[in-house]
Amino acid sequence: MNQMTSVEKKVNTQDIKISASGVQVYYGDTHAIKDVDVEIEDKTVTAFIGPSGCGKSTFLRCLNRMNDTIDVCRVEGTILLDNEDIYDRKVDPVQLRAKVGMVFQKPNPFPKSIYDNVAYGPRIHGLFKNKADLDNIVESALRRAAIWNEVKDRLHAPGTGLSGGQQQRLCIARAVATEPEVLLMDEPCSALDPIATAQVEELIDELRTNYSVVIVTHSMQQAARVSQKTAFFHLGNLVEFGETGQIFTNPEDPRTESYITGRIG
Amino acid sequence: MPVLWLFLIIVALSAIGFVAGRARAYQSAGGDARNLHSLPGYYGYNVALTALVPALAVLAVWLLAQPMLIENSVSKMIPDEIIAEGSNRSLVMSDVRRVANGLDLAVSSGAMTNDEVNALSTDTSDIRATLGSIGVALGSDVSPEVLAAAQSYRSKSYTGTLVMTVVVLLLAIGGLALAYTRTHKDFRARNVVERGVLGLLIIAASLAILTTIGIVLSMLFETMNFFRLHPWTDFFFGGTWSPNFRGDSDLSILPLLWGTLYISFIALLVAVPIGLFAAIYLSEYASNAVRSIAKPLLEILAGIPTIVYGLFALLTVGPMLVNVFGRGDQGLLGVEWMSGATSVLTAGVVMGIMLIPFVSSLSDDIINSVPQAMRDGSLGLGATKSETVRQVIMPAALPGIVGAILLAASRAIGETMIVVMGAGAIAKFSLNPLESMTTITTRIVSQLTGDTDFASPETLVAFALGLTLFVLTLGLNILALYIVRKYREQYE
Repeated sequence: MNQMTSVEKKVNTQDIKISASGVQVYYGDTHAIKDVDVEIEDKTVTAFIGPSGCGKSTFLRCLNRMNDTIDVCRVEGTILLDNEDIYDRKVDPVQLRAKVGMVFQKPNPFPKSIYDNVAYGPRIHGLFKNKADLDNIVESALRRAAIWNEVKDRLHAPGTGLSGGQQQRLCIARAVATEPEVLLMDEPCSALDPIATAQVEELIDELRTNYSVVIVTHSMQQAARVSQKTAFFHLGNLVEFGETGQIFTNPEDPRTESYITGRIG
Repeated sequence: MPVLWLFLIIVALSAIGFVAGRARAYQSAGGDARNLHSLPGYYGYNVALTALVPALAVLAVWLLAQPMLIENSVSKMIPDEIIAEGSNRSLVMSDVRRVANGLDLAVSSGAMTNDEVNALSTDTSDIRATLGSIGVALGSDVSPEVLAAAQSYRSKSYTGTLVMTVVVLLLAIGGLALAYTRTHKDFRARNVVERGVLGLLIIAASLAILTTIGIVLSMLFETMNFFRLHPWTDFFFGGTWSPNFRGDSDLSILPLLWGTLYISFIALLVAVPIGLFAAIYLSEYASNAVRSIAKPLLEILAGIPTIVYGLFALLTVGPMLVNVFGRGDQGLLGVEWMSGATSVLTAGVVMGIMLIPFVSSLSDDIINSVPQAMRDGSLGLGATKSETVRQVIMPAALPGIVGAILLAASRAIGETMIVVMGAGAIAKFSLNPLESMTTITTRIVSQLTGDTDFASPETLVAFALGLTLFVLTLGLNILALYIVRKYREQYE
């Protein structure tokens, strides 16, 4: 692991985009997330790391209320997006998810054409004036996801026909096209080969200029490469949260140190 | 010896074989099962199966083949002259079998001895009276040819059964002996038994397929008989269906096909939206508690016998529809469009209700097989559930759902009891769903259950109708499977 790059990574102090405090998550009787406080900054990549089953994906799914789709799941505590409680009664989770986009572990393009995949969000939310406008939205989303050049000649071919790495970038384009403010990524590279992973990581770094990005990853190298802030989860607790460089070079908690040096996890 | 005894003896032999084989295997290993190649039970099974399976197979084949062979040879003994006008050879042969069975009964009840039976002749005794006294009623006096044929039938059956018993017993004992002598501690009994099991499974699988072929062939032969008596152009291209028991009928399938398709179409019109919406509710919206109650309840509908649906059509739905569309000023709409309870609409609606669980449970499975990742992807972009269902789940599940609908259609086309009771019996081309019409299946029932001569085209047409129906539903099923396979989204 090249820890020097992490240390040298420039960190700007940004506005707080998401502020979570006292978050508890229960799956039925299981207490999956225990009293987590995190502040996620705007235009920053925040990485959640931790061993399998530590609750990092669960916590990520709280940030756009995807856990609402699971019957037995119960969330307590407050999560503020731009100082508004997203679990407030008057917040529509559907609207929230348009603002907080999500990219999943396995590439999951819809069984539609590449164009229709990207146009899905804009069509649902009515984000375009006419066909030409929609074409522009699709093109710019595909460009921002660094896949435009590979697919521009076959926009109407099925999205499922792309390679794994291309599919994942298509899913990122699909999320970007909805103009979210925050982009959640749940192990976006775990199903990809190293080259595709490198492309997606590069992309994440570029996305930082426009969005607040939260990424869950199993790979500590990846967290070190792409993130400015890192949160370490262990057994449902947030053990340590801070600058990525600091977490990887000089962790405060002995558990964090054990994990990044490979003794637990 | 009755077949049952023979069967029991073979089974007993194989049971003895099991014990003996096991014991011999033990003995060859010096009483220590660890020295055996296979578990001791396998040696037992090997001996038991080698004794049982070939003997039973020969027994089954022999029992099927013997009557056919004897029938053939005895049938040649009957000269053409004694076959009465309006009768045929198979009717005379059934007389022969009846007499032969009667003589068997006479011997077993002690009314006659075997030698007396063989010495019987129509000149010296009244066989009809003799057999009548032991409870076998004959329709007419027994002619000398029939008696001779019956006696020959008896003796051939007797010899055949005797030979069969000997052969089967020899096979069982031979198999037992062979497998027993081969039983040794190094004998790979486990592998042999495994191959035997494989063989049994293959036989079971091929039986189902062979039966289908047998059904098609038997229909095909009768259909060919029909077309020998009736022009095929009338059957396929004629315009009227009016069977006439004096002969010279118009027997065209087209009006029946029209009724069948029309009723099926209405049934699908009812079943597809309701079944599909039920499936969507159950798989996408319902909580686990609701699903665990609602799904079995819905599937109970599939277990109701169709005759009950027929009663429902006749007693409830039909009168209800008449109340709406008929009865003039007393009706709900004040119109006089419908007079009787039986109509295309009645049968179609009830058949649609019958098909709801069929469509819903197949669609439910298909919708559930769309990966959760698709739903997450769509919900994660801020789509509502119904948007997700309409724009992501349905397109992904569509090929499967089309397949389910086609399967439902082929069930609708083949459905009998509901249309017998709900659709009426008038064969005609009409677009009015409030009129009675009839279907292919209904006509098959009525043509075959009538009192007409079996060899007349009016009866044989049932087989031609049945075969057409079979081809139709087979085609639909193949199409359905093809669509499902071809357009199925390949998810990992």
